[in-house]
Amino acid sequence: MSQEKIEKNVALLIVCILLAVIWGGLLEITPLFFQTSTTTPVKGLAVYDAESLAGREVYIREGCYNCHSQMIRPFRAETERYGHYSVAGEFVFDHPFQWGSKRTGPDLHRVGGRYSNEWHQAHLFNPRDVVPESNMPSYFWLAKTKALDTVGRDIDAKMRALRIVGVPYTDEQISEARAKLQGKTEADVLVAYLQGLGKTLSNFQ
Amino acid sequence: MSDFTSEFWNFYVIGIVVLSLLACLILLWSQGSVTYTAGKTTGHAWDEDLEEYNNPMPKWWSLLFYLTVVFSVVYLFFFPGLGKYQGYLNWSSAKYSLGADGTVANQAGSKYQSEVDTVNRKLEPTLNRYLALDIPTLAKDPKAMEMGQRLFQSYCIQCHGSDAKGSKGFPNLTNDDWQWGGEPEQIEATIAGGRTAAMTPHTDMSDETVKDIANYVLSLSGESSDSERIARGEAAFRNSDCLTCHDPGIMTGQPTGVPSGNILMGAPNLTDKVWLYSRNPEVVADTIKNGRNNQMPGWEGFLGKGKVHLLAAYVYSQSHK
Repeated sequence: MSQEKIEKNVALLIVCILLAVIWGGLLEITPLFFQTSTTTPVKGLAVYDAESLAGREVYIREGCYNCHSQMIRPFRAETERYGHYSVAGEFVFDHPFQWGSKRTGPDLHRVGGRYSNEWHQAHLFNPRDVVPESNMPSYFWLAKTKALDTVGRDIDAKMRALRIVGVPYTDEQISEARAKLQGKTEADVLVAYLQGLGKTLSNFQ
Repeated sequence: MSDFTSEFWNFYVIGIVVLSLLACLILLWSQGSVTYTAGKTTGHAWDEDLEEYNNPMPKWWSLLFYLTVVFSVVYLFFFPGLGKYQGYLNWSSAKYSLGADGTVANQAGSKYQSEVDTVNRKLEPTLNRYLALDIPTLAKDPKAMEMGQRLFQSYCIQCHGSDAKGSKGFPNLTNDDWQWGGEPEQIEATIAGGRTAAMTPHTDMSDETVKDIANYVLSLSGESSDSERIARGEAAFRNSDCLTCHDPGIMTGQPTGVPSGNILMGAPNLTDKVWLYSRNPEVVADTIKNGRNNQMPGWEGFLGKGKVHLLAAYVYSQSHK
C-alpha cells in the first residue's frame, strides 16, 4: 500500500488510525478487565450509601478532582503522609474513579476518619479558618442547598443505574435512598462521602 | 501484577507484545530497503510546485530505531512485561497479595518495601533511643524537637495550626490549658488513642435560660456584668446537668461545685479565660443550646509508638519553653 493511496483516501486513513489506536488498547486496556486484582473488591470495601453517593456528585460537580487526587502511589514519601498506597480493588465500585492527576491540594484517598466532621464543615466553608496558609476556595453555599433539590434529586435512579454496571445495591438501599437524604445539605453529604474515603485500608478505623 | 483470570490472557499479552516488536522490525526493514535515486520525488505536488524527495531514512536514524527494539527485548528479559513473566530481576513496584477473601498483604521484595525498610533501618535506632527518654527530657533535645516539629507539620497543623495555637474548635497547644490533661503521659495518650469530646445539647431549654447561663459562664472569667442574668443563670446552671461534666470532683465523689473542668470527660474549665469556640455570648449560647461534638483521631496505628512519643514531646515543649 503506497503512502499516496492512504494520503489521498481519507476513509482509508481513518481506518488505519483506528487500527493503530485499537492495537494499543487491546494490549493496554483489555487485559485489565480479566485480572483478579482489578475486578475484585478488597475485603471490607463498602458500596457508597445514598449520602456518600450524593456527596460524590457534589465532589464531581465542584471539580474537587482538579486539585485533589485519590491515588496514593507506592512511594514511602506518600505512604508516610497519607497512609497505605491505593490498590486497584478499592475502586471497583467507582464509576468512574476520581483518581485525578494533579495535586494542588493533598491527596484525599485516605482522608476518611482523619479529621472530624466539624473540621470538614469549618474547612469547606472557609479553609482559612482552620488552615491559615490554605489557598483552597471556600464552598460556603454548600450549607445552603439541600441535597435532595440538587445532587440527590434522582438518587434512586442513579443507584439503579450503578447496579446495572455491577455495584451490588439492594432493593432496600435504593428504596430508602431518598429518605436518607431528607434534610441533609450538600455540605453534609459531601462530608459523608469524604469521611468514607479509603477506609478499607485506613489507619483511622 | 498479573493475576489473569485465565491462562489465555497470558498468551494474549505475550502475543501482542511480540507481534508489535516484529511489526516494528518489518517496518524498519522495509523502509530501509528504499534505495537512493538522485532527484526522485514521492510523485505528488502541493501548491503547484511543492514536491518532496523520496530518499531513504538516514542510516543513523534507522540504526537508532533498531537499537530501541534491541533495548525492549533486553528490558522484557529483565523486567515484567511479557504476560505473567516477572522478569529475570523479579522486579515490582509494590507487591501485595490478594487473599481469596480480599485481604491485602504487603510482601517483601518490592521496590516500595525495600525503600521503606531501608529508611526504617536507619530511623529505628533513633526512635528507640528517644522512646527510652521521658517526655520532659526529650522536649529539651533540639535534634529530637526538630524531628517532632516535622512530624507536627505533617500530621497536626491541619487542625492545630502551624504555630500550634489552634483555631476555633481546635485547642491551642501553647497555653498550658488542657482539656484532657497536660501531664506528659496524658498528652501522649491523647495523641496515641485520640479523643472524642461531646457537649450535650440542651434544646429543651428556653432561649432566655440559655442566655442567662451563657452570661453566668462568661461572668466566671469576668466577661459579663449583667448581674440579673448572671444570678438567674447560676441557678439554672446548678439545676441543669452542667456540673456533671464540668465539675472536676464529681467522678471521684467529691464534687467541688466549681466548673473548673474535668479531664476525664474532656470538659473544659469554664472559669479561665481560654475559650475553645469563642467568648462571643452568642457562640457560648449556641454551644449550650445545640451542644458540640468533635474528635481527635488516634495516631498510634498510623505512626507507631516512637513517632507518637516524639510528637507528645513536641506538643509538651510548646507550653514548657
